[in-house]
Amino acid sequence: MKRPRIILYVIAWLIGIIWVLPFFGVFVTSVRPFGEVVDGWWQLEEFTLTLDAFRQAWNHPDAPVGPALLNSLSIAIPATILTIILASLAAYAFARFEFRLKGPLFSLLIIIMAMPGQSIIIPLFAHMITLGLIDTRLGLILIHTAWGIPWAVLFLRNFFLSVPIDLEESARVDGASDLTVFRRIVLPIALPAIVSIAVLQFVWVWNDFLFALIVILSPDKKVVTQTIPLLRGRFDIPWSVLSAASVLGMIIPLLVFVFLQRYYIKGVMAGAIKG
Amino acid sequence: MRRLIFILPALILVALIVIFPAAETIRWSFWGWDRLEMTEFVGFDNYERLFGSRSFINMARFPTQNPPWGALIHNIVWVIVFIPLTALLGLFLAVLLREVKGGSIIKSMIFIGMVVPLVVGGMIIRFVFDGRAGIVNAALRTVGLDDLARTWTAFPDTALLSLILGSVWIWTGFAMIIYSAGLELISKDLYESASVDGASPWRTFRRITIPMVKPATLIVVVMNLIYVLRIFDIVYVATRGGPGGASSVLAFQGYLFAFQQREWGMASAVFTFLTLAAAIISVVLVRRVK
Repeated sequence: MKRPRIILYVIAWLIGIIWVLPFFGVFVTSVRPFGEVVDGWWQLEEFTLTLDAFRQAWNHPDAPVGPALLNSLSIAIPATILTIILASLAAYAFARFEFRLKGPLFSLLIIIMAMPGQSIIIPLFAHMITLGLIDTRLGLILIHTAWGIPWAVLFLRNFFLSVPIDLEESARVDGASDLTVFRRIVLPIALPAIVSIAVLQFVWVWNDFLFALIVILSPDKKVVTQTIPLLRGRFDIPWSVLSAASVLGMIIPLLVFVFLQRYYIKGVMAGAIKG
Repeated sequence: MRRLIFILPALILVALIVIFPAAETIRWSFWGWDRLEMTEFVGFDNYERLFGSRSFINMARFPTQNPPWGALIHNIVWVIVFIPLTALLGLFLAVLLREVKGGSIIKSMIFIGMVVPLVVGGMIIRFVFDGRAGIVNAALRTVGLDDLARTWTAFPDTALLSLILGSVWIWTGFAMIIYSAGLELISKDLYESASVDGASPWRTFRRITIPMVKPATLIVVVMNLIYVLRIFDIVYVATRGGPGGASSVLAFQGYLFAFQQREWGMASAVFTFLTLAAAIISVVLVRRVK
């Protein structure tokens, strides 16, 4: 290596380390008692390794994070599966069929993708009360599904357009129906794209705070993102417990990202407006 | 007709849960509300009250005094600081990390902010800027800037700034990967002929890199504008819009109007503004995707 290369190398790693330092700090804080980290997690005169903060966060009287993790899963998994089913069907229609209003409908999907959740929360709140869907998992699952569909349709439609149509046509000549062609030929080919959607939609639903805040009101139904703001103490902020809750809340999205990074980035690159 | 089966379920769900409520938000912003009951059509009354509300816009304090300047101004300040910073940092990191061994690992590290829940991001912002336990303040003390070392999120003059800087930390990963992809598309020949002509690295950067990543810049700017309109979680967790509204933004202020003050007319007006802003921005996206 030439000298300028080494300097670049050092600078790059320094930036990377500084960038993740806050996350590192949260991990360190979560396994140390509050008294040791109140003047900074990097103070090492005393160093006690303990899972106390995790235990406290898990069973917290106001915002138990353990049950909340299960609640998050019970929302995110169905909302992901439903989105995939509905969006892949619709995306196939957008890619292969001609129908009236196709162009305008497609533009509408993109405009919807750009909207913030705030555009819909007031009427949603009102109607969910009327329909008895407030404070139900079903209500939140339906919102996330509808909210995820536009982006998933766009992504899958572009994928379908890039696949040669020959195979589908020869199957049709053999007498296969649209649904059979879709199930037997299109879906298997689309598997990588569907994994991208599953990964992003799951993480997005898991990370959501706004919709959960509006819909889920009972303490025992709250999802993990709702518990974290509730853990702030009245005077002192209990950094260890808060950090432990944060670690629990981010570990699943992090693992998904680490192991399925290729699919994740592909989804983001394809114009994901989700965030 | 049987082909309708493909599109109808998705369309009905999106119409009922997204399109219809979004239209209602706009309609409701023109109606009077008594608690949660619609009363009568009031024209632009809610908008007039909004512009008269200091939590929405406070020109008396802007820019000579410290925030609160009102949520609208805070959002505008956010755009002005956040967009150039994330774009420049993102491009810088994309260029740097392309050159460096192990660059893709560093990219993943920087991208983590985009992957974890924003409430965790907000908690971390509060944490790093804490007067006692925060690492930013420890760094400031180390370099002798003791005057600046305090809980940034708790003071009107620094609360908004700390949130904006935190958001740059969270979102720069997005600009970085978009620029990284943009750089891949630039042909190596261009750089080779530039170096044959003896162009300096800076000149090459300005004359080749920047013009060639223009499409990426467009995506970064458009998407980041959309992100700024949505800023909510980190404000909710780190400052609750405080102190005294000094770090409130539109998405958060509308939430307060709707769910704490039960002012559904004004809240709908704020959210209508956000919806229209997003619709205008999305025109760029519609053109690009089609």
